[in-house]
Amino acid sequence: MIEPPDPRDALVEVRDLHFAYQARPVLQGVDLTIPRGKVTAVMGPSGTGKTTLLNFIGGRLRPDRGSVWVDGLEVPRLRRRALFALRKRMGMLFQTGALLTDLNVFDNVAFPVREHTRLPEALVRHLVLLKLELVGLRGARDLMPSELSGGMARRVALARAIALDPMLVMYDEPFTGLDPISMGVIVKLIRELNDALGLTSIVVTHDVPEACSIADHVYLLADGRVIASGRPAALQASDDPKVRQFMNGLPDGPVPYHYPGAPYEADLLGGEAR
Amino acid sequence: MRVFVLLGRHSLGTLARLGRAGLFLLQVLAGAWQFLRRPFLLVQQMYAVGVLTLLIILVAGLFVGMVLGFQGYNTLVDFGAESSLGLVVALTLTRELGPVLAALLFAGRAGSALTAEIGLMKATQQLAGMEMMAVDPISRVIAPRFYAGFVSLFLLAALFTVVGVYGGHLVGVDLLGVDSGVYWSGMREGVDVYEDVLNGVIKSIVFGFVVTWIAVFEGYDAVPTSEGVSRATTRTVVHASLAVLGLDFVLTSLMFGEV
Repeated sequence: MIEPPDPRDALVEVRDLHFAYQARPVLQGVDLTIPRGKVTAVMGPSGTGKTTLLNFIGGRLRPDRGSVWVDGLEVPRLRRRALFALRKRMGMLFQTGALLTDLNVFDNVAFPVREHTRLPEALVRHLVLLKLELVGLRGARDLMPSELSGGMARRVALARAIALDPMLVMYDEPFTGLDPISMGVIVKLIRELNDALGLTSIVVTHDVPEACSIADHVYLLADGRVIASGRPAALQASDDPKVRQFMNGLPDGPVPYHYPGAPYEADLLGGEAR
Repeated sequence: MRVFVLLGRHSLGTLARLGRAGLFLLQVLAGAWQFLRRPFLLVQQMYAVGVLTLLIILVAGLFVGMVLGFQGYNTLVDFGAESSLGLVVALTLTRELGPVLAALLFAGRAGSALTAEIGLMKATQQLAGMEMMAVDPISRVIAPRFYAGFVSLFLLAALFTVVGVYGGHLVGVDLLGVDSGVYWSGMREGVDVYEDVLNGVIKSIVFGFVVTWIAVFEGYDAVPTSEGVSRATTRTVVHASLAVLGLDFVLTSLMFGEV
């Protein structure tokens, strides 16, 4: 039994988290602490379980071993009702935005408000316009999700994620597939919203310069483990070959360029066999 | 040896899927409270599932009725029994063709649309997004669609039958000259409310349940990629159609089997 951590300074605590997906190990003993009020980046190559980690924090998966605490609550042990109550205090921005395609921008942002509160419609309108103003899309409120660009869709999703004034916002690959301007907007928004609304933010990404420019603290994940953590500047100055390869985007290093296989000579001289 | 391994794996996979489908059904049935509190959700889906399928059902019903009028007349006239045309058309439609054909068309039009819609919502993370907003997608998205499909098919099958009877009248009476009064009175005397109409209604209720269940489950259980969704849509039409035809045999033998 692991002692529950003190929730006063850390909002999220991940302890010795193990998880295998269909016998393939994804997380192999992850320990992380997400401090309150800060922007924490979780970086690492694709397929190292970064997004999976967010699913654990949101209680969508159960760990094989280890546990996750959010605001003093042990997430995997929560019953459904308590888990839903906790999720109302979390916002999550999905990679695709995950906007409901049959609702327009306004109704998408209003969705969690209408589902969870019985506010009069006039108040819902004020609230939605306020959130849309924060992400600069008040004027786009009548558009349908299919009419939005990738960057705009993500901003609408962000407005929706903060609609219920959460304590924690999780960003799943927020910078992927955006043009430079939209990317700059998202980078600025994550930092500004965190500070203006007193949030705690977790940014899962593999975009090194963007993450380093806004994060207070960085965790580097590889092969299901945390291989390094610290302030962005400290990681960029690290001597560890694995850290250096990732932070500088080197094609060859501890993560080999070649997919593992038989030696090239043996393959060439191997005759008929494929 | 390998054959047995594959066979075993396939059987286990199928059984696991059946189990998931069963549990899913329980969750959907329990999800009714959402739209009981907010009936608008159900009305919206009744429109999407039912009203949008209406046209194809009415057109198909009319043509099936007209074909029955021709075929029935040609067979009956040889025995001088064309006065039974109304009865033949009405019995064929209420007992068999109404529920079965309406269910098949429904599976093709509404069932595939349901699967594709739910599968795409899954593939674009909309369902996961709802979960993270503390909204249960099964009671918010699936349950209204399930109940709407269930209720719609029963109404659509009834309309199919009615339009079909008029189609038979159009050909038999207006074109081939059977007496209109004879057409209707044969029907009134020969069609029994319990034996024929009620059994047809029971059939369409069973079909509606099974077709919509298959459609929403395939969507919810789809592999969340474009390929997975397209395969799930195909599976819905194939499985739902086979289930309808298979169940029709079972139900018919239960209802009309005692000799």
